[in-house]
Amino acid sequence: MRFILPLGIFGLLVVLLGLGLTMDPKKVPSPLIGKPAPAFNLPQLHNQQVSFAPENFKGKVWILNVWASWCVSCRAEHKVITKLANMKLVDIVGLNYKDEPKDGQLWLQQFGNPYTLSALDYEGRAGIDWGVYGVPETFVIGKDGLIKYKHIGPVTDQALVEEILPVLKTLI
Amino acid sequence: MKLFYSLIFLLSLLMPAHAAIEALKFKDAQTEEDYKELINELRCLVCQNQNLAGSDAPLAKDLREQTYNMLQKGMDRDDVVEYMVNRYGEFVLYRPLLNSNTFLLWIGPFALLAIVLIVVMVRIKRMKTVEAPEEGGLENAKHLLDDDMNTTADSSAGKGDKK
Repeated sequence: MRFILPLGIFGLLVVLLGLGLTMDPKKVPSPLIGKPAPAFNLPQLHNQQVSFAPENFKGKVWILNVWASWCVSCRAEHKVITKLANMKLVDIVGLNYKDEPKDGQLWLQQFGNPYTLSALDYEGRAGIDWGVYGVPETFVIGKDGLIKYKHIGPVTDQALVEEILPVLKTLI
Repeated sequence: MKLFYSLIFLLSLLMPAHAAIEALKFKDAQTEEDYKELINELRCLVCQNQNLAGSDAPLAKDLREQTYNMLQKGMDRDDVVEYMVNRYGEFVLYRPLLNSNTFLLWIGPFALLAIVLIVVMVRIKRMKTVEAPEEGGLENAKHLLDDDMNTTADSSAGKGDKK
């Protein structure tokens, strides 16, 4: 009888700690969901005289994928992004984050280029405005110019099918 | 051995004491103070258990620079904090704000302390009521003590006789 209280507290702790284990502390909820896509005006990777700004895509559903040639998990994600691009559902814009343009171009040459275009964020300022803290990151932007969804880390096949495609379906 | 220690000493000189070593010029002392406080209070998101001041991550460096630039432009601490929270969420703050999400975090320890204090006080009170001397208890105790004193006196006297 006298053990019931300590045992109960212990059980409660186990449940709480167990729940904590299933959560990923690396996944910081983005405050940007539902907010307008932060503006930037950056040169394009393949044509640096021409710039790209998010408002160019106003009225369209599109995806912003943050990548870099120095980012190892971007390679893992690349074939999934390519798969998504081949579905021809939406434009995928790359944000080449803190990368040397030459390295970025070479990387796309080597692995293939799934992007409609890539914007060159050499200084990483646009990255800060978009709350990027770990490359790769993927944003879905709606016709109204609001950010609808954010995926942190490499997009896996599972994330594509279970999360990104359903979000796109509701938007297109 | 001497050589070994001097080597350790030399190696320790090579280690940077602090990660943030950008040489910055501030427009006034207050700005510098604000900057130092902010980079100690803001979290580096890449290396989650370090603040901006202590991190060598490129993002931390960028965010330090952003903090510096904003302060130099005459914006105050709250502006910088708001800027960071708008982009990275409240997680960026090492000192969480008080709101419905963090209510338990702020109140929890004090609530726990209060509960423990109440339990301890109730227990102490209960112990006191149990130990309260019964009617005539003091008299009994006196008798017992007196008896005891007598017997010890006898036994010591006995010891003396033997000698």
